[in-house]
Formats: sequence, structure tokens, C-alpha cells
Amino acid sequence: MEIRPIFASLRKHRIPALLIVLEIALACAVLCNAVFMISQRVNDIRLPSAIDEQGLVTVTLRGTDDKLVGSEIPRNLAALRGIAGVQQVAITSSLPLSTNNWGWSFGVNADSVIANQKNINVSLYFIGESGDKALGLHMLQGRFFNADELADSKFDTAPLPETHAVVMTHAAAENFWPGQSALGKTIYSKPYYYTVVGVVEDVLRPNISTTNTRKSYDAVYFPMSAAGSKGALSYYILRGAPQDRDRIMREAEQKLAELNPGAVAKGQIYVDIREKYFANMSSMAWMLVLVCVVMLAVTAFGIVGLTSFWVGQRRRQIGIRRAVGATRRHIMQYFQTENLLLTTAGVVVGMGLAFGINVYLMQHYEMSRMPWYYLPGGALALWLLGQASVFGPAQKAASVPPVVATRSV
Amino acid sequence: MFAYYLDLALRSLKQNRVLTALMVLAMGLGIGASMTTLTVFHLLSGDPLPGRSGQLFYPQVDPTPTAAPALPGNMNYIDAVNLWQARRADRQAIMVGGNVKTKAAQAGSRPMSLHTLATTADFFPMFGVRFTQGNAWTAADDLAKARVAVISRSASDRLFHGEGGLGQSIRLGQWNFRVIGVIDDWRPTPHFYELDRESYGDGDEVFIPFLTSRDLAELGITGYSLNCYGNTMDDLHLENQPCLWLNFWVELDSPAKAQAYRQFLDNYAREQQALGRYVQAGSPRTALPSVMQWLDQNGVVPSDVSLKSWIALGFLLVCLMNTTGLLLVKFLRRTTEISVRRALGASRQQIFLQCLVEAVIVGMAGGVLGLLLALAGLWGIRHTPADYADLAHLDLPMFAATFAISLVVSLVAGLLPAWRACHIAPALQLKVI
Repeated sequence: MEIRPIFASLRKHRIPALLIVLEIALACAVLCNAVFMISQRVNDIRLPSAIDEQGLVTVTLRGTDDKLVGSEIPRNLAALRGIAGVQQVAITSSLPLSTNNWGWSFGVNADSVIANQKNINVSLYFIGESGDKALGLHMLQGRFFNADELADSKFDTAPLPETHAVVMTHAAAENFWPGQSALGKTIYSKPYYYTVVGVVEDVLRPNISTTNTRKSYDAVYFPMSAAGSKGALSYYILRGAPQDRDRIMREAEQKLAELNPGAVAKGQIYVDIREKYFANMSSMAWMLVLVCVVMLAVTAFGIVGLTSFWVGQRRRQIGIRRAVGATRRHIMQYFQTENLLLTTAGVVVGMGLAFGINVYLMQHYEMSRMPWYYLPGGALALWLLGQASVFGPAQKAASVPPVVATRSV
Repeated sequence: MFAYYLDLALRSLKQNRVLTALMVLAMGLGIGASMTTLTVFHLLSGDPLPGRSGQLFYPQVDPTPTAAPALPGNMNYIDAVNLWQARRADRQAIMVGGNVKTKAAQAGSRPMSLHTLATTADFFPMFGVRFTQGNAWTAADDLAKARVAVISRSASDRLFHGEGGLGQSIRLGQWNFRVIGVIDDWRPTPHFYELDRESYGDGDEVFIPFLTSRDLAELGITGYSLNCYGNTMDDLHLENQPCLWLNFWVELDSPAKAQAYRQFLDNYAREQQALGRYVQAGSPRTALPSVMQWLDQNGVVPSDVSLKSWIALGFLLVCLMNTTGLLLVKFLRRTTEISVRRALGASRQQIFLQCLVEAVIVGMAGGVLGLLLALAGLWGIRHTPADYADLAHLDLPMFAATFAISLVVSLVAGLLPAWRACHIAPALQLKVI
């Protein structure tokens, strides 16, 4: 395929050619960055959390009398256990992604106090009997709390529990003691200290940072007795089959409201908690998808419009070429090659622009560096788009009969 | 003449419907997408209290032992009460929120969890809160730890089923409060005075005197973010604990007063250092940001929202180029017609204007389409669970801006093609005919 005539013709249509190149460049730049942002959002939304999210139902009960919870919690749990389809019932202080965060900083030395800069901030979950089974925690090492630890743990005046046992996530253990087994080691916040009795697979914190996902899993579990919980235990959790969860949620909320007329009961299925937490992110991702699709459509319209115009303008030339022996294929190839050249120019500029935009976003927003393969990916998408949109007009051009050349002007 | 251009433009647009439709569609999509995101950006980055926010400031001091790069976002009890009692600003108020179990005091009413704000008397006049019934409490009530409450209209509807509730009693936790005022529903956007709660959430529903809330510490009104910088032995009675949990706002009516307050704050911090309460070395740091500065410092507008606006603008630019290309093609296709008009005496300027009129018609049609798309987009946003979802409405300035933008965009898109069209050499083209 000879490309010199194409250059010659493009030189005559500099401005429209330049416009299409710029449009493709801009589309390529926006596309690369938008797709990268979408992938980041999707990664965040899909952050794994090792609990049984599908089957989990929670009812929060607020406004109970702290002096009575010792008898009320066991009574409420027993009532919830009676709901059909409920496999496990427990109580805890908060749930992953519930935004109800209770944080504290611990160190690994016996003299660590809370204000130590080197301490590691973790989210605290307080949990009652069979909480591991109700949440569906996966023990990696050691054990969950035994009956004594659960019964003896209570709050005194401090916001830390009077116990010495703790279960932590694998990620937290790695942060405290990199490369070592955490089992049997101790974390400190003077005068409190807690010895690790078990390590569980990573569970998300109630609030996570979108910039530093390494810290998203720094959570620890403490045992807590109903009587000593001082109102900290307000999330009743029920585990059942996923298809039963809506019914279980309604019945559990109703039951707790009946049993505790003075308190406020609110039921939720866990998947809704997760969805609500990531709602802004998923709406952002959808909006980006929409923008990408529409932008590609608009770019395609532009190419179709411009090429159609060129085809109309060159009917006579096409006729002459056909008359002197060019086949339909030749004519098609002419327009396809022309489009390939324009798109190539566009994506070369576009990849540079995409890189520049990414650098700008990294400086001004919490954005990480775009992996290199997004650039050729965007280029490929626009090449394909260009070829697809030029196909119709090129075919129209190819169908110009040679006889056009013989018509008088 | 203008009517004639209009007629010509319409004829030309009708001649090639597909191309016209493509241009209008491209413009409409570009304008629709950018107006949707810009409207959200405009709503979220707006002034929460227009006309008032310039006089409101958020004093910051740093009682913590370790110097973090940013000053603390909240105050501890001692500093907040000291500054409040100093009364060196025109108005000043302490505030802290919490979810409190509330019900109407009469028997049989169901409890509900309401956003409750413990604050001091100046809160209402300082923020210009409008009362529909009754009044705020007084500074004397603050000191007397009176059991009085102001409720919002929506809270009064829920608690008293539309009977107002003025003079009635409500029960917070296990204590009765007398309702002395009902305010119109008040929801500054963003929720600037207490950012620890979701920034664009509902307004507060129950207001009680701050010192009363400390008297009844079991109510648990300790803010939505408790940040302690030392060992704490009690998380309800926070008066003497090393914890940052209170918001403190002041009103300063003139720049001179703001300057004087800055000085006062600085002196206060030095005095606290001399007393040994502030243990950081070096001269103590203080700050007095205004409302808008405070929102800016806290990065309240979700960065996603401003990112979206950038992307939508990039998209609009793609649409603009697209329209320019198509308009160019369209005008150049009519070279013969233009040449005839030129030969018959039309000046370049007239051809130029004629082409621009055509571009503007396309732009306006695109603007109307864009407006419809923006309305659809905002409808979509209202149905997402984002905490600002229900705010997404097109207001009058944004409505006007849509048309201003479409006019500007279409003029910009039309300039180059029109300029090319009016520079067609008539003789050359006429020869061909």
C-alpha cells in the first residue's frame, strides 16, 4: 500500500486532520486514566475480608441500660437463637466497614504507652461467646478465646478491657512482628498488656484508608463478657444461609425491639453495610464507565462524520482510480490506512498526554502511578475504534462505481 | 439580516439531518456530563452559610505532647471552656454531638436515636438558626445546667406527630428535658461545624446545653471522633482527660477583631505553656481559620467529586473538537453556495456571522439536550446511596450556566470553521460550477 498519496491528500485537509488527531489524543488520555481509576475503585470495593459476609445479619441495639446488660444480652441471644434458620448467634462491639471505629495504639515493648510514636494503631473489636463462629472467622494459628477468658473480661474505668488475651489478624501480627509468629507474644499499652492466643485471616477494620491498604487489616479481637461490657457490645450478629438473611434480619429486629422496649433496634444484612461503605466509590466507577463509553461513541461519530465527508468529496477521484484499475479492496484500504495513520498520530500524542495527566493527578489527588500497560491498551482500543468506525464510510467509498469518472463535470 | 441568517442556518441544518443530529448529540452529551458533575461539585464546595461564613472562625491550639504536622482538629475540655469563658469574641460556642436515645416523655411513645448536639447559647444567633416556635436558651441557662432542649422541626414531627411540642418534655436517655424552641430544619452543607460526622449528612435534631450534657455524662455525648493523646481512665467523664473531642467556633465581626483574637489566642497558648499545661517545646502554635479555610484544610469536598469534574471537562473538550470537525466539514461542503453569496456581494464578515449563527443553533440545541441529560444524571445521583445524594438538584445559577456554557462552547467550536469558510476564494470555486 502506497502511503504517499494519503499524506498528499491529508496535507490538503490539514485542519480537519489535525482536529481528528487531537480528538483521538484527548480521548486516549482520558480513557487510559479513567480505566485506571475504575480498576483502582474496583480493587478497593472488592477488598477481601475473611468473614461470612453473605450469610451475616446484624441488629444494633442502642440505648440499653448498662447495669442490666449482664442479664439482657444472654436473654436476647437466646431469643435470637430461636429464629428459624439461624445457625450461630453472638454479640460484638463493631463490624468491619461499619464506620464505628474504636482505635488504640499498642507497642511491642513492656514500657510502651499510648503516646509512643512507634506504636501501631489498630481497631479494637470486642466479642462475646462463639463470636468466631457467628462471624465465620478463619483461625490461622492458635485458638479463639476460651470460656474463662470470655467470662472474666470486663471494662473497669479505662477504655481497655481487663483481660490478657487477644486474637489479631494476620496483617496486624505481621506489622507488630514482621516475619515472626505472633503466637504467645505480647502487645503493651502501659499498664495494660495482652498476649496473642490466636491469629485469624485478615478482617477489614470498621474504617479503612483508601491510600494505604496495608493498614486496612490492622484489627484485634478482645474477649468481652456481657456483664462487664458497659454498653460496648451493641452489634448482635446472626449467621444463616444467604437466602434466609432478609427474613432473619426482619425477625431479629422485631424480636429485639419487643424484648427491649426502651432501646432502639436496627437490623441490617451485612452485604448492605459493605455496599453502603463503598457506595461513593461504586457510583464513581459507574460514572467513569459511562463517560468512557459515551466518549468513545462520540469519537466514533466524529470519525464517521469526517470520513463520510471525505468520501463524498472524493467521489470523482475514487471513480477515476476505479476506472484505471483499482479494485474495491484498494479503495477500502486507502481509507483504512488513512485512518490508521491519523489514529497512530493521535495515540502517540495521547499516550504522552495520559502520562502527563497521571503525573498531575498523583501530585494533586491520592492517585498511584498508572502501570505502563494502560498506555498501549488505550492505544489499541482507539486503533480498533478507528478501524471499526471507518469501515462503513470506506465501504461506501468502495462501492463508488467507476462510471462516475466518465460523467461530465 | 439576523432573521435571514437564521433561516439559512435552519435550511442548512435540515439539509443534512444525520450530521446535524451527530453534532447536537455530541454537544448534548458533553454538556450533560459536565453539568452533572459540575453541579455536584458546586453543591459540595459551596459556602455553608452564605453571608455569615466570613465572620466565623475556628480557633486551634495544640495541647498534645508530640507536635504533629497539623494542628489538632478538636479541643480538649479545659481549653474549650477557658476560651468560651474568656468571651473575647463577639459570639462563641462549644459544640459536640452524639447519637442519643430520645422519646417524648409521655408513656407509650417509642424511643428513637437522634443526632443530638450539646452546645452553648450563642450557637443559634451565631449561625443564624431560625426558630419557628419558642427561643434558644440563654447564657444563664448554660451556667445553671438547665434541662432544656431545642428540637428541629423534623424531630418535633417524629416525636410529637406534628403537634409542635413546645413546652412539652422529651426524654433523653433517662432524663427529661423541656422543649423551649423548635427550629426550622437546618442543614448547612457541608456540615461544617462538626466535620467528624459525615460531612453532607442530615442536620442535628436535638440541641441541649453543653454543661448540662457534662452533668449527665451517661448520655454519652462525646463527639463522633474521640482522640486521646495520653492514657485515659474513663471515656465518659472527659473533663480532665487528655482527649480532643470538642468543637469551638467564634464570630468576629471585623478583620480588626479577628486580628485581635489571633493575638489573644497566641497569648493564651503562651500562658498555658508558662503554666505547664502545654508541654511542647518552642513557641506554641495556634491558628484561626475561617469557615472556608477550615473546609479546605479538611479536604471536605470528596476528591472523587473534583476528579469527576476534571474528567467531565476533558470529555466536554473531546465533544467540542468533535463538533468543530463536523462543523468544518459542513461549511466546507458548501463552498459553492458561499462563493455564490460572496460573488453577489456578501462580505466576509457576513459569511462569518452566518456560519456562527449556525454553530450557535447547534450549540443551543445541544444545550437543551445537555440540560435534559444533566437532569437525568442528577436524578441518577439522587438514587445512589452517597451521603450527599439528596442534595443533587439543578439550581438556578447552574441552569443559567448550562446555557452560558453551551453558547461559549458552540461559539468556540464555530470560530475556526467560520473563519475558514469566509476565506474561501470565490473565483476559484465559481470556475468549477
